[in-house]
Amino acid sequence: MSGAVIAGGLGDAASTRPGPWFGGVVAGLAWLAAAAITSLAPDEIEVGRTQELAAFALLLGASLVVAGLAAPLLGQLGQRLRTLGPWLTVLGLALIGWELLTAKLAILPLPFFASPQGLLEVYLEDWPRLGESVLRSLWLLLTGYAIGAAAGFVAGVALGWSKAIGYWVHPVLRLVGPLPATAWLPIAFFAFPSSGSASTFLVALATWFPVTVLTWSGVAGVNRAYYDIARTLGASQTFLVLKVAIPAALPQVFVGLFMGLGASFSVLVVAEMLGVKAGLGWYLQWAQGWAAYGNMYAALLVMALMCSTLVTLLFKGRDRVLAWQKGTVRW
Amino acid sequence: MAVDVRHASQAFLLEGQPLPVLDNVSLNVKPGEFVALLGPSGCGKSTLLRLLAGLDAPTGGTLTGDGAPIDAPDPSRVLVFQDPTLYPWRTVKANVALGLEARGILKREGHRVQQAIDLVGLTGFETAYPHQLSGGMSQRVALARALVNDPRLLLLDEPLGKLDSLTRLSMQAELVRLWQRSGLTAILVTHDVEEALILAQRVIIFSPRPARITAELIVDRPYPRHRDDPELVALRREALGLLGLAD
Repeated sequence: MSGAVIAGGLGDAASTRPGPWFGGVVAGLAWLAAAAITSLAPDEIEVGRTQELAAFALLLGASLVVAGLAAPLLGQLGQRLRTLGPWLTVLGLALIGWELLTAKLAILPLPFFASPQGLLEVYLEDWPRLGESVLRSLWLLLTGYAIGAAAGFVAGVALGWSKAIGYWVHPVLRLVGPLPATAWLPIAFFAFPSSGSASTFLVALATWFPVTVLTWSGVAGVNRAYYDIARTLGASQTFLVLKVAIPAALPQVFVGLFMGLGASFSVLVVAEMLGVKAGLGWYLQWAQGWAAYGNMYAALLVMALMCSTLVTLLFKGRDRVLAWQKGTVRW
Repeated sequence: MAVDVRHASQAFLLEGQPLPVLDNVSLNVKPGEFVALLGPSGCGKSTLLRLLAGLDAPTGGTLTGDGAPIDAPDPSRVLVFQDPTLYPWRTVKANVALGLEARGILKREGHRVQQAIDLVGLTGFETAYPHQLSGGMSQRVALARALVNDPRLLLLDEPLGKLDSLTRLSMQAELVRLWQRSGLTAILVTHDVEEALILAQRVIIFSPRPARITAELIVDRPYPRHRDDPELVALRREALGLLGLAD
């Protein structure tokens, strides 16, 4: 091999496909069918918002049919839509199945299974409370995560670099780290002045442990030859830490950040269920207490979207910072 | 740089037992000379280079460069390893700039980075990352990273050891050209007899571990040298005999 191999886009095969997007038309028809069944078949149970749901399905179905026929005119967007065809079709069919099982035929028992229009009703009527919960959860998560990740990064670098710090911190890490952060709940709510700060502490603690361990192993595992090179070229200790150890450990640090994010999600929910009077965890608890299962499913869906988006953002950040790496895990 | 090694010894601790790797080695290298250290693999030649680079301290004896004792790494003595060990997170240009950056003179001396890249023939690859380079190109970057510091002593630890044979031949010729042009002192560790004879003015032959100097061959032939030069063929036979490999 000679010369730089700089990968271009994907092959040309995918980008030169003229003509209408039949997958889109099929998906559109599935959604139109869903709209028809929702709107025309009588509801077996008492639910609101049936016509709104039908209108939504009708709108989506019609747009998909139009987009499918006009795909060649949509350019870039049309190309990106094409890969979504099968998923959109299956989602349309799934809506039909869900609609039949709940609202139309009442096969699944109430109140444990919500109908699609029930979910839609929650979003349309309870969005102020749900939105506030999302914002509160996000704020708690982001502050706790930022504190935990920063503390973990510093601790990990110090552990990996200094024998003296390692001597004192390592035993503490080994004893305290594996303890689930939720086990601190009683102490945290007693020791901190407000339930908000206690929850922040718990989220930070849950994030701190994996970030510390992986940063540490990253720094400790840096190829010794990297240091030799820098030393022969006249590097100071500061340079060795900031410009050699830390960049070399970054791939590991990101694994730690990813695991810390996962841990922080679970602590977030538990902390909010027990101590805080707002947030998605609290919303779930509250919905369950009132047997409002529709609200619960609605909150779960929002939470899944929120967590997934945060992980996606983390990976986007990683791809940016670690562009020099090749062949890493995709999200 | 004039290099003087006097009675240098080095031992490592292996499971509590001292393992001697260098035994009373004395060596004198004149400024501008190209010396090859030849010996079996793992005999301790690389240990001597690490001592000369100042990365390790000897257990006995003294080493001086231009009369000053060698007790710490210094950019005037640079080491090129068998592995290029480029920093994968840095582009070619940033890798080459490493030494200047480490010493805080990148702003003032930045133009030397491009000169070094041009010198090793990598013009146009400044923004490539190491994983995009071939083995030979990576080793050239490692050379440029060493040369940008304007060293007076170039320590080469089997720098061509992992290259394919064709790349190796062309890199040998390039090393000779670089050395002739720059006038710096070069010490090359190798276990390839032919490579030592093609490159060096003097070949020091080492015994198996612990390394001891057993012989010295003067290669008084003009550059560029050719492998089928009868005198080199005779020297090759002699060197192999000294290494105990004569047929």
